[in-house]
Amino acid sequence: MSYTSLKEIISEAGKRQIPFWEVILQDDLEERKVTKEASMGQMKATWEAIIHASGNYEGSLKSSSNLVGGDGKRMAEYMKDKEPLTGNFTGEVITEALRMAESNACMKRIVAAPTAGACGVLPAVLVPYYKHGKAEESRIVEALYVAAGIGQVIAYRASISGAAGGCQAEIGSASAMAAGALTYLEGGNNRQICQSAAMALKNLLGLVCDPVAGLVEVPCVKRNVIGAMNALSCADMALAGIESRIPPDQVIDAMKEVGDKMDSTLRETGLGGLAATQRGMEIAEQLDLCYNQNI
Amino acid sequence: MNLFDILGPVMVGPSSSHTAGAVRIGYIARELLQDEIASADIYLHGSFATTGKGHGTDRALIAGLLGMKPDDMRIPDSFAIAGKQGLHFTFQTKNIKDAHPNTALLLLTGKNGRTLEVQAASIGGGRIMIQKLDGIDVNFSSEKPTLIVHNLDQPGHVAEVTSMLSHKSVNIATMQLYRDKRGGYAVMVLETDQPVPAESIKWLEHLEGIIKVTYFNGEEE
Repeated sequence: MSYTSLKEIISEAGKRQIPFWEVILQDDLEERKVTKEASMGQMKATWEAIIHASGNYEGSLKSSSNLVGGDGKRMAEYMKDKEPLTGNFTGEVITEALRMAESNACMKRIVAAPTAGACGVLPAVLVPYYKHGKAEESRIVEALYVAAGIGQVIAYRASISGAAGGCQAEIGSASAMAAGALTYLEGGNNRQICQSAAMALKNLLGLVCDPVAGLVEVPCVKRNVIGAMNALSCADMALAGIESRIPPDQVIDAMKEVGDKMDSTLRETGLGGLAATQRGMEIAEQLDLCYNQNI
Repeated sequence: MNLFDILGPVMVGPSSSHTAGAVRIGYIARELLQDEIASADIYLHGSFATTGKGHGTDRALIAGLLGMKPDDMRIPDSFAIAGKQGLHFTFQTKNIKDAHPNTALLLLTGKNGRTLEVQAASIGGGRIMIQKLDGIDVNFSSEKPTLIVHNLDQPGHVAEVTSMLSHKSVNIATMQLYRDKRGGYAVMVLETDQPVPAESIKWLEHLEGIIKVTYFNGEEE
């Protein structure tokens, strides 16, 4: 992408009098030398893949390690009997985040957004929003451009990889992308879009990547929930006119700095944090992760 | 990274590096062998060795060798499909010196007897880097049209290839030359901005001193 900051995107949108999402679309056309129809067609296909993945959840599936599966179903059943503390819509967001992240762990087809480990965050807010008829598909596709543009700036200035920047780079980035998409859908202006993304990233700054046995399962699945919930609250704050005291691009730079300073045991190596707890290590030992024999 | 590296790929989970990238390594290795695969001895290094099983890296590699793409829903069942299609495989771990943490070494034999040794790394987000072919260093992403020419290390072969591309108005994006020893076996790897016509590849194959030509269009994947 030719934009290296959110500030530049806002300024370009102002200069050309086009929406945020269209700046990202135009940049894609320029970068990949494709037509508008091809780019938007691919984005629509991406959305359809998300919807398909959501519908394809199986509550009975377990991951090959047996650590993950069935929580999306559990949450949905709980909601049948009572309204969750967080309200029905948010309950659906929690359910969707669990379903998508569990599908990923169980080798179902998902859309990495921006990574497979964080694939539940964006669908968790967008799928219920869409199903409640709050937006047409065409506007959801526009919101996906907003999300992808935010993700591209984060990838350029910092990182979207847990191995490089910890979980803040995966769930944090996904949460910022989801917050920006929601703020756009709710009619927020370009400044509010970037403010919501900045607040979402700020709130998850420092989050470490400490997967038990190195697998994208524990605590990854449930962290998709916090990424989605955080996106909701930050979108609401931005729409209320609440702002980050630190400018969005500088928040991204801070995320990079924190990631660089993070010990390698806390960056997807499975050697620190929850992975290094007594139970975490027991689980790793019990799993048959060795290949030293022919299959 | 382009837009659809951020929102995408559409893939079978759980990990873009350990699953989607592994499928792609298998897929590209099959393209490079240019044959249906009869047997594969696969060595896993680093994080692929320690967490590969839990990430389905093994099933993903076999799926790729069977011609599946990273979004193929049959990936979890690839071992059974390999059995039906007569693809024999083994997995072992191996510490490969100076290799990327997510590296696989594949020793392949095709149904027509062709053999190939491919060392490749999954570098994140489902993207890969092919690092060695038959023990010779190469470094290419497999995302663009890629032409690989194996030839005797003697004067003139680079000129033959580049003048052919120039004649066909194909622009070279990157070009790398490798050889095992002076006057020995050499490999050139060219990534291009336009596809290379099939008849030009055939023409190259018949030139004296050219041992083998491999071409695939990574943009179409």
